[in-house]
Amino acid sequence: MRTHLPHVLQHHMAALRILLALTVITGIAYPLLVTGIAQAGLSHQANGSLLTTDGTPVASSLIGQNFFLPKRNPRDGKETPRPDPKWFQPRPSAGGYDPSVSGASNLGPNNADLVKAVKDRRAAVAAADGVRPASVPADAVTASGSGLDPAISPAYAYEQVNRVATTRRLAPSTVRRLVARHVRGRVLGFLGQERVNVVDLNHDLARLT
Amino acid sequence: MNDTLAGWLQVLALVVALGLSFRPLGGYMARVLTADHHGWAERLIYRAGGVNGDADQKWSAYLRSLLAFSAVSVLFLYAFLRLQNHLLLSLGTKPVSTDQSFNTAASFVTNTNWQSYSGESAMGHLVQMAGLAVQNFVSAAVGISVVAALIRGFNRKKTDRVGNFWVDLTRIVLRVLLPLAFVFAIVLVAAGTVQNFHGIHDITTLAGGRQSLTGGPVASQEAIKELGTNGGGFYNANSAHPFENPNAFTNLIEIYLMLVIAFSLPRTFGTMVGDKRQGYAIVAVMALIWGASAAVVTANELHNVSSTAGHAAGGMMEGKETRFGIWASALFAVSTTLTSCGAVNSSHDSYTPGGGGMTIFNMMLGEIAPGGAGSGLYGILVLAIVAVFVAGLMVGRTPEYLGKKLRGREMKFASLYILTTPVVALVGAGLAMALPGERAAMLNSGPHGFSEVLYAFASAANNNGSAFAGLSANTVWYNTTLGVVMLVGRFLPMVFVLALAGSLAQQQPVPVTAGTLPTHRPQFVGLLTAVILIVVGLTYFPALALGPLAEGLR
Repeated sequence: MRTHLPHVLQHHMAALRILLALTVITGIAYPLLVTGIAQAGLSHQANGSLLTTDGTPVASSLIGQNFFLPKRNPRDGKETPRPDPKWFQPRPSAGGYDPSVSGASNLGPNNADLVKAVKDRRAAVAAADGVRPASVPADAVTASGSGLDPAISPAYAYEQVNRVATTRRLAPSTVRRLVARHVRGRVLGFLGQERVNVVDLNHDLARLT
Repeated sequence: MNDTLAGWLQVLALVVALGLSFRPLGGYMARVLTADHHGWAERLIYRAGGVNGDADQKWSAYLRSLLAFSAVSVLFLYAFLRLQNHLLLSLGTKPVSTDQSFNTAASFVTNTNWQSYSGESAMGHLVQMAGLAVQNFVSAAVGISVVAALIRGFNRKKTDRVGNFWVDLTRIVLRVLLPLAFVFAIVLVAAGTVQNFHGIHDITTLAGGRQSLTGGPVASQEAIKELGTNGGGFYNANSAHPFENPNAFTNLIEIYLMLVIAFSLPRTFGTMVGDKRQGYAIVAVMALIWGASAAVVTANELHNVSSTAGHAAGGMMEGKETRFGIWASALFAVSTTLTSCGAVNSSHDSYTPGGGGMTIFNMMLGEIAPGGAGSGLYGILVLAIVAVFVAGLMVGRTPEYLGKKLRGREMKFASLYILTTPVVALVGAGLAMALPGERAAMLNSGPHGFSEVLYAFASAANNNGSAFAGLSANTVWYNTTLGVVMLVGRFLPMVFVLALAGSLAQQQPVPVTAGTLPTHRPQFVGLLTAVILIVVGLTYFPALALGPLAEGLR
């Protein structure tokens, strides 16, 4: 019994030394090597696919943004933000497109608050875009999984063309052509869904005017 | 191309990729686990630890090494999390609280990766890569080492030795996980996943607002997170986050990675026991259950079944990303809950009652189709033992599997294995529902709220780690209870599997006779599938009836 405890301790020290050795390999060398290669050869992607205006980063084309009007009263924390009609609007977001709180609403499929939110959003979007409520697509009235979804369906993008064109005093056909250029097909023709990246689209829209 | 055709092609591409990997990867892992030669790096690691790489261990010594390694890992990670504010690249984060540190340490060491924290605000870069991601490698290797010992139990005779834990652990990390993770980390970066040390980066947005982008060594962690069926996301939104999973291509890669080891291990098993047909039978059962489950979830999501919100919105897009859509989200959800991965690319909480209920059922199956890295195969082999035993009872002769008799001793270990997880899952969920304070953590009310709690405990007990994330589980009670559930759900079954391995290894194989049940034919595939569904169905039906079934029928 006298030698029992030291033996157990010895065993655990061996385990710790092996853990530390594996930590150096998999926890330090591996991520540093990947980072080195990524930064050397793939720096645009590795740094978050940033979009710049006049050399200053204004967005990651992977991360959605808010396109709100300025607040009526900047000191009122509870004021509901209003979508700015001159921009294409992204999907609703559980975290308000704040990358420090990514996540979904997690509301259940029959949650009364969710059902009400969906109906309210449908009415608001239909009114803003001047279309029938029934024609508003699902992605326009539901929040994404990440709260940072940069993309909307082509249907929702085309629905917003007239509103954006009118507000910006552009020809609707010009704006529609811009949207058409931004429709991305499925990856390799069959993976995922067709979509329009709202951040990319608005970035180009800003340069148009 | 319409949605349906594209969806089917996506599934087909995945199946083809997995099929092409089955032989080479399965065979390679068998060679890794049986090779005599140690690599130079491996010998350095054995020397660092002062262990003898050439000494085979008894099952009990193998278990002691495994438990010592895991105990040290929990303590190391706990200390790391408590002290992270003093370390490099901490990004100004605070030390993680005691209960959350315990929960997180238990979670990553058990291959669960339940996250009661949110990565972007709670964890610095160093703790993510040198603390959490290291466990992504080693906890997966621990799972594979246990199944290696079990397979040796089947193919060795008259010995009390089942292998060397340190050798298995080190080889699996260095020869299997590290090279694959490295290659796929680069692929992910090329396709858009971020990999940098920029920390938090403030920008002025297009509309003139402010946004803080959090970078980090994401791709390197993402690759091993899926490959090792860990599932702990760099960010709170996990694989729904565009920096982790930027497009449908990376999404398919991630699904492939979480499935590939578990689906190839039956080949390793078939090769090591000297009868590859045995591996085909096992992989057939896995594929059958995976395919059926994918069909159920996809159909429920496509048709908004029993979802008022889905009908109101005109599609189950709440909690799903536009770039993935229904098909790629459902495929991910099924794969992550049938493995022990637990990464999510959409909010399971917002799935239809049928789709979300299926993800709970997937975990309750014990994550065996194909299951976690290593844990999936030893889980299904234990069930195969039960299936052979049931067949033996029907004809009244002593059952045998792969030449080894299944006597009282073997069946006790198998039964204890099967009982452990449901006991901790259901007792935990029951306790949470009995305590008013813990009940209040549900975000949704009624049966769906109960599903959130049931999901949490099924996820922790089976070491999955995904969540119906509406549950506010960052409380002292949930952190502590779920931490204990994860540890018991991981290590107690391992004790039984290794004891079983030891018991099988000692036997002299019995010759195959006309009365031996063939375990490589379609008949056995059907029998095993039925046994799995009956065992799990009888265990969990009452709990499922109160949650997803009640919600779906309402």
